[in-house]
Amino acid sequence: MENKVSKNLYMIPYALWIILFVIAPILLVLYYSFFDIEGNFSLVNYKNFFTPVYLQMTLSSFWYAFLITAISLLVAYPTAYLLTRTKHKHLWLLLIIVPSWINLLLKAYAFIGIFGAYGVANNFLEWIGIGSRQLLFTDFSFVFVSVYIFIPFMILPIFNALDNLNPSLLYAAKDLGASGWTTFRRVVFPLTIDGVKSGIQVVFIPALSLFMLTRLIAGNRVITLGTAIEQHFLVTQDWGMGSTIAVFLILIMFLFMGLTGFRKRGA
Amino acid sequence: MERKSSFAANIFLILIFFILYAPIFYLIFYSFNSGGTMSGFEGFTLDWYKELLHDTRLLIIVLNTLVIALLSALISTVIGVLGAIGIQAYKRRQTKNTLLALNNILVVSPDVIIGASFLILFTMAGIQLGFYSVLLSHIAFSIPIVVLLVLPKLMEMSPTLIDAARDLGASQWNVLTKVILPYIAPGIFAGFFMALTYSLDDFAVTFFVTGNGFSTLSVEIYSLARRGISLNINALSTILFVVTIVLVVVYYYLTQRSGSGAKGVDFRR
Repeated sequence: MENKVSKNLYMIPYALWIILFVIAPILLVLYYSFFDIEGNFSLVNYKNFFTPVYLQMTLSSFWYAFLITAISLLVAYPTAYLLTRTKHKHLWLLLIIVPSWINLLLKAYAFIGIFGAYGVANNFLEWIGIGSRQLLFTDFSFVFVSVYIFIPFMILPIFNALDNLNPSLLYAAKDLGASGWTTFRRVVFPLTIDGVKSGIQVVFIPALSLFMLTRLIAGNRVITLGTAIEQHFLVTQDWGMGSTIAVFLILIMFLFMGLTGFRKRGA
Repeated sequence: MERKSSFAANIFLILIFFILYAPIFYLIFYSFNSGGTMSGFEGFTLDWYKELLHDTRLLIIVLNTLVIALLSALISTVIGVLGAIGIQAYKRRQTKNTLLALNNILVVSPDVIIGASFLILFTMAGIQLGFYSVLLSHIAFSIPIVVLLVLPKLMEMSPTLIDAARDLGASQWNVLTKVILPYIAPGIFAGFFMALTYSLDDFAVTFFVTGNGFSTLSVEIYSLARRGISLNINALSTILFVVTIVLVVVYYYLTQRSGSGAKGVDFRR
């Protein structure tokens, strides 16, 4: 059939892309993880990864990602819920999304000014009587800025899930005598869990791997898996160790996708 | 449903919007500060904008960024559309799912992984780091997004349209250019636009695969910001903010008109 020929013709560039830029890079990372810094084949990188230094870094990276995801969810869910109740909800949603279209580095840069020694945040603290303190280059500023950046990404899927909720279910729950909290716990939340899951997906994995924020905002106080990979590839030139951490990050990613189920971003 | 707590709800939403927008307007506000810092507004000035316009190095970087974005969006759209048509043509569900899973790997991968693995790839392949390595990476991470935006359009297209065109004597080429492509045009457009914005916004991947001589705007902002505060960046961000808003409005208007609604609204990384 001629259809088959043309189909394969369409697929050539796309298939090449899959082989060269999807499969090959993953295999290369795996391959490099078996070489030490002198280029000898060894398992030393894996041995190093299971030393307290790296395990502690992985753990703290997870802890920060967890904090960022949890706080984003706690802020995003009520926001999305209230947004679906407004008039012109799609316009408001668009306004929530617009900041996510501004370059991430510019937003991080803005916080360098805001959290700076003489920045607005410190002026405010002084004004309410707490007095100025070191804000930039702390764990607090790192978590705050990350949450700020991820909030829109968390709101969108939850908003869509809530928006697709059939309102008659809420009336039914009310008619059957459920309180507001029970309705939320037994009806609304279970029906929007998919939105929550995709929100967690788009926040958690990037939160493990953002390295520019740790550099700019946390001033190297926070080291995430992403920071470590960047450090090994671009600073110490130890590609083997960097690849090993990358292998673990990829494994975590697949595991996480398997747990939460893959969904298209923002869908 | 009447809400007792609608006052509290409004306060909450206003607070969220304030937090989301305050940093952006903070940047813009201080771009007019003659004082040279992001604290204590001394007087109104346009000096930072003038300085920006006379910075030829920066103008070249802006030009680089635009060329990379346009070229990568164009090429990734062509490859992505062909790929989507190819995927759609597979009858077996399992083949389709496998291809989609492979497609989505780069969408869900963290930027650091993409950057690091591409750095290894280009080094192994002997491609010099610079314009071409950045262009290739941007094409590579944009293709799956185009596919994801075009595929739904292809799926909703009735196969009878193609059968009808065949019955009426259309050749393969005619079916593609006169039936399929016009039908999926909104998806193609959304894909191109999204590829453009992903490319313009990318920092991490570019940071890994760019050499010494070549820089894009994001990388330049990063290296400037690491050195501390300079109000040039504020002026630059004001301009970028205005451009972004214009792009969003244009995009929103076009997608509304083409009938795909807010469905095309997606995120950058």
